[in-house]
Amino acid sequence: MTPRLRLAFAAAVGAAAGLSALAIASLVLVTIGASPWTTLVTIFTGPFASVFNAGEIGVRAVPLVLVALGVAVSFRSGILNIGAEGQMLLGILATTAVALHLPGLPGPLLLALALLAGAAAGAAWAGIAGWLRARLEVNEILSTVMLNYIAAQLYTFLLRGPMIDPDELMTGSGTPQSVRLPRAAWLERLIPGTRLHTGLLLALSLAGLVWVLLWRTTLGYRLRAAGAGARAARYAGIGVERSLLVAMLVAGAFAGLAGGVEVVGVHHRAIEAISAGYGFAGIVVALFGGLHPVGIVPAAGFFGLMLVGADMTQRSAGVPANMVLVLEGVIILAIVSAQVIIHNPYAQERAARFLRRVAGRKAEGEHPGAARSPTGEAGP
Amino acid sequence: MVHDVLALGVPFSVALLLAALGENFNQRAGVFNLGCEGIMSVGAFLAFLPPHLLARSPLAPWANVLGFILAPVAGALLGLLFALVTVTFRAPQGIAGIGLQMLGWGAAGTIFRHFIGGVTGIPGVAAWPIPGLSRLPWMGDILFHHDPVVYLALLSVPASAFLLNRTHWGLRVRAVGTHPRAADTMGVSVSRVRYQALALGGAMGGLGGAYLSLCQAHMFADDLVAGRGFIAVALVYFGRFTPLGIAGGALLFSLAQAFQNEIQVSGIKFPYEFAVMLPYVLVIVVLALARRSHDLGPAALGKPYDREVRV
Repeated sequence: MTPRLRLAFAAAVGAAAGLSALAIASLVLVTIGASPWTTLVTIFTGPFASVFNAGEIGVRAVPLVLVALGVAVSFRSGILNIGAEGQMLLGILATTAVALHLPGLPGPLLLALALLAGAAAGAAWAGIAGWLRARLEVNEILSTVMLNYIAAQLYTFLLRGPMIDPDELMTGSGTPQSVRLPRAAWLERLIPGTRLHTGLLLALSLAGLVWVLLWRTTLGYRLRAAGAGARAARYAGIGVERSLLVAMLVAGAFAGLAGGVEVVGVHHRAIEAISAGYGFAGIVVALFGGLHPVGIVPAAGFFGLMLVGADMTQRSAGVPANMVLVLEGVIILAIVSAQVIIHNPYAQERAARFLRRVAGRKAEGEHPGAARSPTGEAGP
Repeated sequence: MVHDVLALGVPFSVALLLAALGENFNQRAGVFNLGCEGIMSVGAFLAFLPPHLLARSPLAPWANVLGFILAPVAGALLGLLFALVTVTFRAPQGIAGIGLQMLGWGAAGTIFRHFIGGVTGIPGVAAWPIPGLSRLPWMGDILFHHDPVVYLALLSVPASAFLLNRTHWGLRVRAVGTHPRAADTMGVSVSRVRYQALALGGAMGGLGGAYLSLCQAHMFADDLVAGRGFIAVALVYFGRFTPLGIAGGALLFSLAQAFQNEIQVSGIKFPYEFAVMLPYVLVIVVLALARRSHDLGPAALGKPYDREVRV
């Protein structure tokens, strides 16, 4: 198969996968009486109608980039981190606690410490699952999912109890949220009139750092080797168990940082539902971006757009925002199926043979037709 | 207290038991279906729908039955979708399962929020005490004073053991999960058996979800399933891939949950959130303790089969 044919084959499979995903999503939309076309148009163009909403795309993309970078490191190392949601919650708690309890520090130092604490908390939470996998062979998908549920309960407990804003108790409203962070611990806004903050720059530079880590360092080589083939890596002297744990710590740190950045950049206090599905969406972004930083950044923009657009359809078209989960789910199914088919040499060969047969028949069919053309008969 | 916990624990175990027995068919056939959670969500929602919609129609007495038909049918269809992705397309099962979970969870939540929105109760299924046996001292309330699905679920334990170990179909399921190439050589269609196992597993997952909304909670909410699909997958490991072991595991979890309920009711001061955490912590502990059971599992678990690849 020539490279050009292979590219065409990949494009065709990708298009078929995308269309199937859309078909399943449309089925759900039709069930609730919404027009799939209008809904999709609103989702993908609505956010550009105002500067504020366009800025929101970036606001959503920041945590998506961070979570997806961590997920990419873990997936490439052969350990599937599904627990970004819980790790984010732990990151939010740690960042908030540090920012609230060290108010005397100068701004940048306070901010840096708070974010580091968030990353450390996320890493520790993910480390539980990493250690369990490396030492006790506990399936990391199941353990990280369970840790998500545990983290959600821990988060509600702390926000309703020890960390609740005393004002909420005094006024009696009892909204589960922490005290507002001191201004020194806020990230600057990038564009006036939007909520877009400097966390975007942090996320972009970390994308570069992950590229360096994975493709330009020994550690990154070891991680990728452990993910590509654990047995071969072990023969080469790579400590696979250690790599799994390291990958999980990195993934957790990124998710925890995503949570911390959300607090200091957007909400300025820990509130409920702050993680809002970023943990799961981050997995989709990582897969959509080909588990590569260069792909993840635009993919995060795309899904940021989708999240903002889905909020808008909820208001304008009455399509519940849960619809995003449906889209993300079918996109995952489509991506993993398409990838396997595209890289399957037998499927490539079959497609090539099919094309050759079609092309061959066409050539045969055209030849006699051309001979019997009127101009041919009217010859001398 | 012990009596109350047991009497509450037996019905609590049904949803987990049905889903885990179904997941066991998947895994014995070599497919690891993490989408069980999504299938249960869809099942719970579709079973809730008929009693909710038909409350005032003449069909009302049959609404629960209709719910118990719709849920496994939808579950089987989702199982077939998963089969298409993982058996025909040979996609990696772990991530595909997460995709199916999000699809099922999201679809049930979207349709629920659009048409119903808030918490709406349904009458649910009433208890059918077994005459005579339910009067037994102590034992009667624990085993024989439940809704009919509980008895069916208890019977499905020996039934699935029989199906798996004593029938031709069960042998084929175990063969394609252990050594698909050998099964293929003997003329067993690996894909067909895996499709069948996934459809059966999906149907049982849907039924488990239906039990949650119709018999246990008597309502539906987005997060009704709350990780039970994932716990069901963990139970398969814990039960060492045998129906009886899975039943023991399901009972252990439901007893933990019943115990937590009793603590809440009895007014012992214990933070609610930590009580809710208990089953999830238990899953992790159980998975750590059951580490040896990987070796007992189907040898081809999680590996897509491709007859064209030379080995």
